Amino acid sequence: MRNYTALGLIFANMHDEAVRDCTAIRSMGSLPFGGRYRLIDFVLSGMVNAGITKVGVMTKSNYQSLMDHLGSGKAWDLSRKHEGLFFLPPRSSDDAKYQGRIGPLADIMAFLLRSKEELVILSDCHMVSSMDYSALLQAHVESSADVTVAYRNGVVPALSDIPLIKMDAAGRVTDMLIGRVGDGEVCYGIGVYVMRKDWLIHLINEAVARNLQHFERDILQRRLHEINIHGYEVPSLVMPIYSLSSYYNANLALLNSEVRAQLFPNSRPVYTKVRDCAPVQYGLHAQVTNSLVADGAHVDGTVKNSIIFRGVNIGRDTVIEDCVVMQDVTVADRCSLTCVVADKNAVFREGRTLQGFESYPVYIAKNAIV
Amino acid sequence: MFRKQECVAMLLAGGQGSRLYALTRRIAKPAVPYGGKYRIIDFPLSNCVNSGIETVGVLTQYQPLELSDYIGSGQPWDLDRMDAGVHVLPPYQRNKGADWYKGTANAIYQNMQFIERYDPEYVLVLSGDHIYKMDYSAMLAAHKAKNADCTIAVLDVPKEEASRFGILNTNEDGSVYEFEEKPKEPKSTLASMGIYIFTWEKLRKYLIADEKDPASSNDFGKNVLPAMLDAGERMFAYRFDGYWKDVGTIDSLWEANLDLLNPKVPLDLSDDAWKIYSRNPGMPPQYLADTAQVQNSMITEGCNISGKVEYSVIFAGVTVEEGAEIIDSILMPGSIVRKGAKVHYAILAENVEVGEGAQVGAKPEEMADLEKWGIAVVASGVKVGKGACVPAKAMQETDVEEVTAHA
Repeated sequence: MRNYTALGLIFANMHDEAVRDCTAIRSMGSLPFGGRYRLIDFVLSGMVNAGITKVGVMTKSNYQSLMDHLGSGKAWDLSRKHEGLFFLPPRSSDDAKYQGRIGPLADIMAFLLRSKEELVILSDCHMVSSMDYSALLQAHVESSADVTVAYRNGVVPALSDIPLIKMDAAGRVTDMLIGRVGDGEVCYGIGVYVMRKDWLIHLINEAVARNLQHFERDILQRRLHEINIHGYEVPSLVMPIYSLSSYYNANLALLNSEVRAQLFPNSRPVYTKVRDCAPVQYGLHAQVTNSLVADGAHVDGTVKNSIIFRGVNIGRDTVIEDCVVMQDVTVADRCSLTCVVADKNAVFREGRTLQGFESYPVYIAKNAIV
Repeated sequence: MFRKQECVAMLLAGGQGSRLYALTRRIAKPAVPYGGKYRIIDFPLSNCVNSGIETVGVLTQYQPLELSDYIGSGQPWDLDRMDAGVHVLPPYQRNKGADWYKGTANAIYQNMQFIERYDPEYVLVLSGDHIYKMDYSAMLAAHKAKNADCTIAVLDVPKEEASRFGILNTNEDGSVYEFEEKPKEPKSTLASMGIYIFTWEKLRKYLIADEKDPASSNDFGKNVLPAMLDAGERMFAYRFDGYWKDVGTIDSLWEANLDLLNPKVPLDLSDDAWKIYSRNPGMPPQYLADTAQVQNSMITEGCNISGKVEYSVIFAGVTVEEGAEIIDSILMPGSIVRKGAKVHYAILAENVEVGEGAQVGAKPEEMADLEKWGIAVVASGVKVGKGACVPAKAMQETDVEEVTAHA
């Protein structure tokens, strides 16, 4: 038994605007990734693997696909009599209220008050990682900080309200900037915070009373010297999704065996909704190299350096290179696709040729017919 | 109080499947892996759900641990219901002693209490030995339309094969007038598929009578069905014309797997309207490396393929290293084939490791004596050492030591 209990809170819509093409019809959390996953799977599975049995998923808009994906939470072992998965949709459609984290958190006050857990982990979905949340919780408890900010060191992703932190030797945060400053390598927060639940409730009540919205800007940054904020460097791989091209690159990064080993560690499986597809069927003309292929696909063409999702059909004499092809896409015979991100159910009719560029992939919308 | 069910299915899953030898050493035959991500029992269970049958009793006896674990709550098949759903029914002790299931009919007899709590009109008896997709509700409709007491699903088999099956001789209206078990000179080509629908009231009577007869071997085919026929009950054959395969032998299991790669074989696992459900291992998608050469094969999640795979079925979490060659073979979950090893016409059970440069099985065209050719089988967990050889037709149940290079 561990000596603390923690509640997970996932912000499913945070940073939706970063990959606008793909999130027009869905939340960041339900963005498909890696052949058979959605971004929220990594966060949810991470929490479950850390022994967290109560997780609230907070949404503000476009959450049909997310609800469909999560269902009762069974796939993450979160369909339970006690605790489990809680879907927390917005209480109103007042957009202004949901700009930062304070509004949505104030909305779920009753849920927070009812929860018995001592600690809370807040997490966004835009950083793909199979980090060990139990190590983060442990670090928080040991440091006796008020808030622990999970961070990575590197080039800052181009996100508008990302916190950049500096720490002293003991790990206490001494300076915080919000937003991207310069191109150098710094420590940036990955949208994951740990704190005491009571303390969070107190902060929210006070912030609402002062009409504050932004957790990072109005609380952490403004009160940096009053509260004890610690940084926790995530030791494993984190891939930020902040644009279509970073989304594309993070997918293709899975072709590297080291990246796969870090994202799919044997000790911490990544769970997702089960679709009961048949295994992949490779035809007589299939030539597939350096690619990740998910079940339910039928491949009779050439596939190189690509990520092929569940239920994709690839015809004969078709060449797919450096592409991300989402669920149930059909690519007919004699097509040629290079550097394309094809969203769900898109159809490429016979003989179509499309070419993007590595740094600028072509995006084909969900249900589009080319 | 249990909600009434019109039809309850009883799945006979206690068989050892002794002709699968090493593959059923530690698991019951219905738990044998098939088709990349399934087990044999997924087919009758999925057929039940897809046919609208909500209550399934699974009768287990031989090596039930893995099978019971696999079925669990029945959730993968949507059979975790409030009071219906799937129930594993092992033999049990009563106040007047305990018995193993003496035969197929006795297994049902011992579980009459389970059936009766649903107060069903009909009972569907299935076996966990076959690969097929079938709409039992259509068969039930035929049973009702004929006002039958017993309906037996039959397959029209080629005349030359008929003597391997239990054959039903029928009148023009489909009613049965004679059973012949493996007849030397078959009068008909309608082979029993081991799928029966009984009107429960009738079956109940015959099960009780059969139990009282000390001479009976308490078997459906040998005792209960002939007794019903002798007594003049209404028994009908129900013709099925899809894909159906008994996977009771090494050769038939191997063939049935490779049938999935043959576009002419009418068994489509990707049909959304009749999905076959299975317990999902939940692994990442398969990765095919730069050196992979995969053709005409079926591969599922969690695999890492860097070698050559042709005309094979590869289960979850299998690794095929660079330069390895898998041809006409079945690799069950978790197997590893090291660099340069060759696996030809073979079945590797779960978690087998084939060492570098080793050889398992052989192509028939490479054999000097075709009589000695056959599918090589390596039992689960066996390690085939570096450079070692498991010949064609072998049944390898122990580790094979490494062979050091010849001087």
